[in-house]
Amino acid sequence: MNMRFDAAVIGAGVMGCATALFLARGGMRVVLLDRGEICREASGVNAGTLTMQMTRAALIPYALRAHEMWMNMPAWCAGGDVLATACPGLSVAFTDAEAAMLEERARIRREAGAPIELIDGRAAQAIEPGLADGVKLAGHCPIDGFASAYLTGRAFRAALQEAGVTLMEATPVRGIDGRFMLDTSAGAVAAQRVVLAGGVWLQDMAAWLGVTLPIKVLINQLVVTERMPPVMRTVLGVASGLLSLKQYANGTVLIGGGWQGIGDRARGGVAVRSENFLGNVRLAAHTVPALRQARVVRSWLGLEAETADALPAIGPIPGIDDAWIIGSVHSGYTSGPYMGRILAQAILGDAPELPLFPIDRLLHQRSNSA
Amino acid sequence: MIFDVAVLGGGPAGMAAAAEAARGGARVVLLEESPAPGGQVYRAPPAGFEMKPDRDRQEGDALRAALAASGADIRTGCRVWGLGGGPLVPEGQFDAPFSLSALSADGAPFTVQSRALILCCGTHERIIPFPGWTLPGVIGLAAATILLKAQGILPGQRVVVAGAGPLLYAVAAKILAGGGSVAALIDAATPGEWLRALPALSARPDLLAQGMAWRAKLLAARVPVLTGAQVTAAEGNKVLSHVRVAHRVFEADALCIGHGLVPATEASRTYRARHVHRPEDGGWVPVLDTAQRTSVPFLYAAGDGAGVRGAAAAPAAGRLAARTALHDLGFSLAYASEEDAALKRARRTGAAMARMMTLRPAMVAAIPAETIICRCEGVTRSEIEKAAAAGANTINQLKHFTRCGMGPCQGRMCGEAAGALLAAARGVDVAELGFATGRIPLRPVPMASILGDFDYADIPVPAPAPI
Ligand SMILES: Cc1cc2nc3c(=O)[nH]c(=O)nc-3n(C[C@H](O)[C@H](O)[C@H](O)COP(=O)(O)OP(=O)(O)OC[C@H]3O[C@@H](n4cnc5c(N)ncnc54)[C@H](O)[C@@H]3O)c2cc1C
Ligand SMILES: Cc1cc2nc3c(=O)[nH]c(=O)nc-3n(C[C@H](O)[C@H](O)[C@H](O)COP(=O)(O)OP(=O)(O)OC[C@H]3O[C@@H](n4cnc5c(N)ncnc54)[C@H](O)[C@@H]3O)c2cc1C
Repeated sequence: MNMRFDAAVIGAGVMGCATALFLARGGMRVVLLDRGEICREASGVNAGTLTMQMTRAALIPYALRAHEMWMNMPAWCAGGDVLATACPGLSVAFTDAEAAMLEERARIRREAGAPIELIDGRAAQAIEPGLADGVKLAGHCPIDGFASAYLTGRAFRAALQEAGVTLMEATPVRGIDGRFMLDTSAGAVAAQRVVLAGGVWLQDMAAWLGVTLPIKVLINQLVVTERMPPVMRTVLGVASGLLSLKQYANGTVLIGGGWQGIGDRARGGVAVRSENFLGNVRLAAHTVPALRQARVVRSWLGLEAETADALPAIGPIPGIDDAWIIGSVHSGYTSGPYMGRILAQAILGDAPELPLFPIDRLLHQRSNSA
Repeated sequence: MIFDVAVLGGGPAGMAAAAEAARGGARVVLLEESPAPGGQVYRAPPAGFEMKPDRDRQEGDALRAALAASGADIRTGCRVWGLGGGPLVPEGQFDAPFSLSALSADGAPFTVQSRALILCCGTHERIIPFPGWTLPGVIGLAAATILLKAQGILPGQRVVVAGAGPLLYAVAAKILAGGGSVAALIDAATPGEWLRALPALSARPDLLAQGMAWRAKLLAARVPVLTGAQVTAAEGNKVLSHVRVAHRVFEADALCIGHGLVPATEASRTYRARHVHRPEDGGWVPVLDTAQRTSVPFLYAAGDGAGVRGAAAAPAAGRLAARTALHDLGFSLAYASEEDAALKRARRTGAAMARMMTLRPAMVAAIPAETIICRCEGVTRSEIEKAAAAGANTINQLKHFTRCGMGPCQGRMCGEAAGALLAAARGVDVAELGFATGRIPLRPVPMASILGDFDYADIPVPAPAPI
């Protein structure tokens, strides 16, 4: 097989899909490779919260723009849809300590551009009648919402094809030789530029290029209930960020918040940790008491990447021309499509609308010697 | 305390496994969701129901008596929903004891731990969808058996019995014996298929005789028996009133239908054991060695859950699993295995029956486009085919594209038909589609019963992420 592309994007999560799509729309011949299926890792199994109240402050300008993209997805994604739904978001505090944490976090996020106002428990219950009594303080953000993340692959697929992207699923990349010959299970794939978009596997991918980029792996657990009558109408979280709750149009309630399960890069998500399962559902039922009437039908896990400073890795790979990286974005589903768009702008030679997150800061030895 | 052996499922395989392990000196616990051990075929009637002691009851009672006398800790009415331990541990840690979380009959949660675990979870019924299959009045053969066997209740007054396998004849005969009428028996198998099964069946003259007796009953009652045939549609205004079979229409208030049995592999999938797709075994089954070991250390499987081989083979397989587990745990067994020959024979008969109950591709091909396949989520055949055309390549990806298999039954009902349709649409073998990832809960579990009493302050909320 002899293929030559302008750009090879490795990893078909939300980051890789968005980057590939906008590169192709910018006129490049693009190949997008995934060792599995499109958006079946973090980008297809995440909680789909499109929230400002869990997003790191530095990412809020990005998340706000991405939120708008999600809400209009069919318009820019060839009709592809993840059923993004806008609704208010509440982040609640049940104790004084949580209220103090909330005040501080809401202030920082407000300064970063998120329109968060602080309200009391009664006002919060007016916005969310399903909310428990006993809320001391709540952060209310009118810009919030959620999507059905499992639809992400289907949503991007048609648009990628329409844009002329060559999608190679079930094609693991094993390494990169020279500039740039990808060693894949389907033979060599040649490309002028390479974009690493491998989620928690970015560490392995960077190593192909001789770059040491430590990526921490979070194993997030999620729990979903059976369909039930409406019990809530907002996206609900707690001050610490360790709860995310929403009820989908079909009546199921998704319970998340980043409680950790068992798993690793090699084995993927192995199993739910039972004490964390219990802690997460208790926190959920404490916040929305009607959940006591629910039945749990399924739990699952997904792997989320984090850099040493928990800020994204998006930009050129230092010392290697035409090699780029994108990933490790906190609340990365929310800001994913926008991150892909601005990285594509940079690769296409335009100035990105907002600054990237170059990884030089994460590569001590390299940046010193460069 | 940590048990030596836990047995999940108290059908013939599980009852025999638990009794055998206890006999060998192990501390054994058996967990079964029904009020009494027995499983599908030897289902015990609830307290207060007096039922005629038939052959099944006698065999079931014998297994139950041996179990009761064995000293195993028998926890019936206990629905296991959570699994942990074994290989489900963080990287680099040694395998942990298995742990099973269950709800007792009164809803109270508890957990047991064991060094070895024998899965004897039996089967789910396969129903290949057809127009009207979700109408009230249409029930599975398995559900009908539960009504008839456990409670002596007729599924209807005028019943069409349809599908594949010996269960068809058993259910029809029991309906007649209970005073109901059978409007018709629709057997997907042709007389030729039955003839080809005969040599294997004759290895078990007792079963063969039972089968003949069932058929004789139908003949005497002049029940129309259509072979090589299938139900085209169930019809009725809100409830079932007619069953259509090609150009023939039967009046009926109940349709009992089943197209075979599918091994229940939720637990072995959750434990990440290796599986293989073998249509003649009922579909996906855990890979076993000759002594019932799965690919996961100290995890065993026996009975129909490890490949449909029928009630006669199940106890022997359960006993073998128990002996292997005890051997692996370091018990020295003072007695030898005495029933390998019986097990082989029973398996041969069971295999012949199982072959008749394998999924019939022609039946799947005949499903009309707008028929619902996944009833939990309302996904139709045409939606599955659209998803295939849109790039859904595997069962797990089909779930994402359509929600097929995401509802309360988690694909137990629809998984097989959906897989067959996706495979046909893609022109590949079902084995290439993979199987749905196994995750807890094994059964939907009420929040109220797992939450327990707690104080907000005691919820171990982890440290927040940086702002
Ligand atoms: C359970 C969970 C819940 C979450 N909830 C939210 C939320 O509510 N809101 C929010 O904004 N964010 C959430 N996140 C975070 C968000 O999901 C991620 O930040 C985002 O999806 C990451 O996208 P990605 O494209 O970088 O990675 P991924 O989606 O993981 O994609 C990486 C891809 O690389 C592929 N790959 C790996 N190795 C190779 C190889 N050798 N060759 C080819 N391909 C390879 C993988 O198969 C994979 O498809 C959650 C994350 C998890 C795990
Ligand atoms: C309706 C029906 C009727 C049948 N009739 C006949 C017949 O007449 N003659 C014949 O030879 N064969 C018959 N068969 C086949 C026969 O039932 C099986 O071959 C036999 O029961 C297999 O035994 P087993 O122990 O593997 O599984 P089963 O008997 O199915 O037992 C499995 C047990 O595991 C329990 N279980 C599963 N999961 C859990 C959980 N999470 N928590 C707690 N408990 C759990 C179930 O409640 C069940 O009791 C019939 C099958 C069915 C479905």
